[in-house]
Amino acid sequence: MSELPSLHVRVWRGTPEAGDYAAYEVPRYESQTVLDVVSWIQQHLDGALAYRYACRVGMCGSCAMTVNGVPRWTCRTHVGKVAEDGNLEIGPLANFPVIRDLAVDMDPFFEKWVKAGGVFHAGATRDDPVAEIDPAAETRQIADAGIECINCAVCYAACDTVAGNPDYLGPAALNRAWTLLNDAKDTGRAAILEAVTGDGGCHSCHTMGSCAAHCPNGLNPLESIAGLKRAAARSFFGKGS
Amino acid sequence: MIRPHRRHPLWFAFILHRVSGLALALFLPAHFLMLGSVLEGAAALDAGLAWTDNLLAKIAEFGLVFLLAVHLFGGLRLMALEFLPWSPAQKTMAAASVALAVLVSGGFFLQAV
Ligand code: SF4
Ligand code: SF4
Ligand code: FES
Repeated sequence: MSELPSLHVRVWRGTPEAGDYAAYEVPRYESQTVLDVVSWIQQHLDGALAYRYACRVGMCGSCAMTVNGVPRWTCRTHVGKVAEDGNLEIGPLANFPVIRDLAVDMDPFFEKWVKAGGVFHAGATRDDPVAEIDPAAETRQIADAGIECINCAVCYAACDTVAGNPDYLGPAALNRAWTLLNDAKDTGRAAILEAVTGDGGCHSCHTMGSCAAHCPNGLNPLESIAGLKRAAARSFFGKGS
Repeated sequence: MIRPHRRHPLWFAFILHRVSGLALALFLPAHFLMLGSVLEGAAALDAGLAWTDNLLAKIAEFGLVFLLAVHLFGGLRLMALEFLPWSPAQKTMAAASVALAVLVSGGFFLQAV
């Protein structure tokens, strides 16, 4: 089966303070994903390798790593697409504290999600009638464009502003805030605008677009952030909120 | 070496805008110094202007006009990006802004030589 030349894989082991890349030879298969490679190493060569995944089909957002310098969802990244002459370098996601090996601490990412006003602001109770939402409404279409986020943090790892400013909320959290701002059922408009216009909010974005270039789901956080900037400007000039 | 996660058109547009802005900031004091030499009499300005006649200065001038054009169109692109909700055309706009910059500065260069 494995007629193909094997892969030369370097995988980050340890923590940033005490760690290094370790080299492994991994058999090459057809349709092999980067996550397959990591799992093969863990199952056959080094059972202590720490990494995360769950769904293996691009739904859960837990398997993101840095592959040859680029943040990617590893379960849906084919080796054939990213290996350079049979070489793969797999490291933990950038812009996160590393727990060990390929597992990073995602807490700052989700804390910022909440900080950006990303928790739904309910205005109705179970006793109220179900809100009717027109799928063709403009705001609904805008929200729909951003809601397929799987929290993989690939955009967050790709963002140079996150790297330079630890307080920056980052593309995913701001994208979430933008979808809520356009959700007719959310009643927290003022709270969201307040949350995204403070220090490290949408105005910290430098519009370099690495988030949109790397989001595996084809979302465009850059455009969502531009939307937040427009909404903030409109509310500042008193043209509605 | 540009790190792999930065190799996409919008990042290049971003860095071009930054670098051209910085370079212009460095150039402007020299520009004002030259204009200011008018105060010391026409001779001082003429001496400065004569210097701009040599080829090296011409090439430098081309660079400056190029930077100005890059920064101008880069700025227009940014404002369009942030204030008009028509985003998927960003990449095209980034490319177009550079193309226009080349055109304008190229025109200047041809006229100068
Ligand atoms: S556009 Fe904004 S959020 Fe996206 S990578 Fe650039 S700075 Fe980060
Ligand atoms: S916006 Fe895209 S890259 Fe960012 S967390 Fe969501 S799915 Fe991942
Ligand atoms: S394992 Fe769930 S997205 Fe990759």
